Amino acid sequence: MDVLNALVVLANYVLIPAIAYGSQLALGALGITLIYGILRFSNFAHGDTMAFGTMVVILVTWWMQSLGISISPLPTALLALPFGILVTVGLLLGTDRLVYRFYRRVKAAPIILVMASLGVMFILNGLVRFIIGPNDQKFADGVRFIIKVREFKAATGLQEGLAIKVSQGITVVTAIIVVVALFWFLNRTRTGKSMRAFSDNEDLALLSGINPERVVTIVWILVAILATIAGTLYGLDKSYKPFTYFQLLLPMFAAAIVGGLGNPLGAIAGGFVIAFSEVAITYPFKKVLGYLLPADLAPNSLVQLLSTDYKFAVSFSILILVLLFRPTGIFKGQSV
Amino acid sequence: MKKILLATAAAVLFASGALSEEIKIGVILGFTGPIESLTPDMAAGAELAMKEVTDSGKLLDGSTVTSIRADSTCIDSSAAIAAAERLITSDKVNGIVGADCSGVTGAILQNVARPNGMVMISPSATSPALSTAEDDGLFFRTAPSDARQGQVMSDILMEQGIKSVAVTYTNNDYGKGLADAFQAAYEAAGGKVTINAAHEDGKADYSAEVGALAAAGGDRLVVAGYVDQGGSGIVRAALDTGAFETFHFPDGMIGDQLVANFGSEIDGSSGELPGTDSPGAASMKTLADAAGFNGTGAFAPESYDAAALIMLAMEAAGSSAPADYKSKIMDVANAPGVKIYPGELGKALGILKDGGDVDYVGASSVELIGPGESAGNYRQIEIKDGKIETVKFR
Repeated sequence: MDVLNALVVLANYVLIPAIAYGSQLALGALGITLIYGILRFSNFAHGDTMAFGTMVVILVTWWMQSLGISISPLPTALLALPFGILVTVGLLLGTDRLVYRFYRRVKAAPIILVMASLGVMFILNGLVRFIIGPNDQKFADGVRFIIKVREFKAATGLQEGLAIKVSQGITVVTAIIVVVALFWFLNRTRTGKSMRAFSDNEDLALLSGINPERVVTIVWILVAILATIAGTLYGLDKSYKPFTYFQLLLPMFAAAIVGGLGNPLGAIAGGFVIAFSEVAITYPFKKVLGYLLPADLAPNSLVQLLSTDYKFAVSFSILILVLLFRPTGIFKGQSV
Repeated sequence: MKKILLATAAAVLFASGALSEEIKIGVILGFTGPIESLTPDMAAGAELAMKEVTDSGKLLDGSTVTSIRADSTCIDSSAAIAAAERLITSDKVNGIVGADCSGVTGAILQNVARPNGMVMISPSATSPALSTAEDDGLFFRTAPSDARQGQVMSDILMEQGIKSVAVTYTNNDYGKGLADAFQAAYEAAGGKVTINAAHEDGKADYSAEVGALAAAGGDRLVVAGYVDQGGSGIVRAALDTGAFETFHFPDGMIGDQLVANFGSEIDGSSGELPGTDSPGAASMKTLADAAGFNGTGAFAPESYDAAALIMLAMEAAGSSAPADYKSKIMDVANAPGVKIYPGELGKALGILKDGGDVDYVGASSVELIGPGESAGNYRQIEIKDGKIETVKFR
């Protein structure tokens, strides 16, 4: 029995990566859920909106690095974030003017808006690759670790090491700040309340004098902020490649639907459910059990439920289970 | 059978005639497809040898050798078979340099070369499966099988006293073949492979894969991947989580990018890649520079050697018919005899004509073993102070 070592192994390989990944998914799912709740369609272009926002952040970061601007030990990308958000806001408002507004005017069925967003997705896809290319891009700088494995081992004398990356710390802190600010905005401000009213009952909201175009504009601004932050955090923590952002669409949608589409609290819970399932189900528990069980019971096999190749299958399976047994998600959202 | 008879009959005709002829050698490489950036130098290497022989005027009483290029596409077997078929039936080549990738090479061998009795020498197919393929003595390669690299890897690790490793490989024929070959050799030598797991290229995050590798444990992590792809992602995640501190890198991982990515973080790691310290590599480079291509490009030396072996075997057999010279290829490639380096093909042809014996070393230290494949020379490396340093050649 060696509970401490077991805990450290579990934290190093499951808890910390899953918390960081869950925060990134939650921020992405919040954007999807806001659009679904207020504009009433599933925005397939969300992954590529993240890729676009992150791309702008990367370009500004490179420019700042070339000028020698830095906020070491923090990554320069945080400084570039506002610029990325501004450009992304412009892009989203532009696509709304060009594409979505027309379909809103003619009161098109949601599925038509979904298809329109699919078109926007492909255009953004090409645009991002056209500007920054399809390859991996590096833009992280500053200090890499909060806690290093060797230092941890030396300080605690434990057999197992623990590493916490700066990017993981920033991800969690930023996610908390963004979520608190978003909920304050939605629950306490007049604009936020008018948005929720619009989401609950569009006709009633219109009757009480809420300007729908203003609500729409604010939704897109919020989505741009969330998408750019989520994308930049993911890029800092892992790596930036346009295609992986497109692939993020599945776990993010899974998170939004599992939590309950249109419900912001649900999006956050969903993000963590998906992240923890993906990491925990594909993690081999051999070492953890080796520390917890008496020596003669220690497992010989890896004690791994699924090979890591099946990570994406996990979010698919959870999505299907939720749709089958609880179509409105964990928190009461709209059924799909 | 009929065609073999025909070819033999034709060969008898030619041999008895002893007249100079126009010999054609097919060069079937993937001029389009995944390795299209490598093939121009490979083809140039093969054609350099042909030009050297033609200029010497000593092959079969002054015969000339011309190259006929064809596209193997590297991945599309049916296109490669059609191209090879065309080389034999319409261009009437006397030998084939190629193909390049293991998959299409096997397809051409079984569907075209064997039915037509055509000799083919591949400069770059490394799949262990080709060692045991039925070939009627027609197939050779100047590239070593990855089974050999697996053995070399095992030897290096054993010599360093590493008895237990985790293995991860890029999920394709190269990675899987190499990882399996290594596991077999290492376990035969008494080592323990704790896990042999695939990774997909092009993902953003490899912490889950590394989690599995770390849970299995091992003294060192063997990364049979690509440095520009997932291999580097695995190493990064393993270093970040402290799962492994030293690694072993096969050829796909060794490049400038590796030390650019990790520097001294991977000090103490080992690896190996094809390479030779023989003087042949240097003279090949000089010849290639004069001809205006990169003689050190991947598999360019092997291509030169493949073409040279075909022509030397023709001279040794006194015939350009595949059925006659196929049995001579091993003779000219191996000892005993005068050692022959690039640029000395004319000299070699003279020796053979006078009934002497040659031991073709060429640009890649050719030594054909077993079923006619290169024994393979590897450069063992170690990472020291963030630099790749050569330990020795084996």
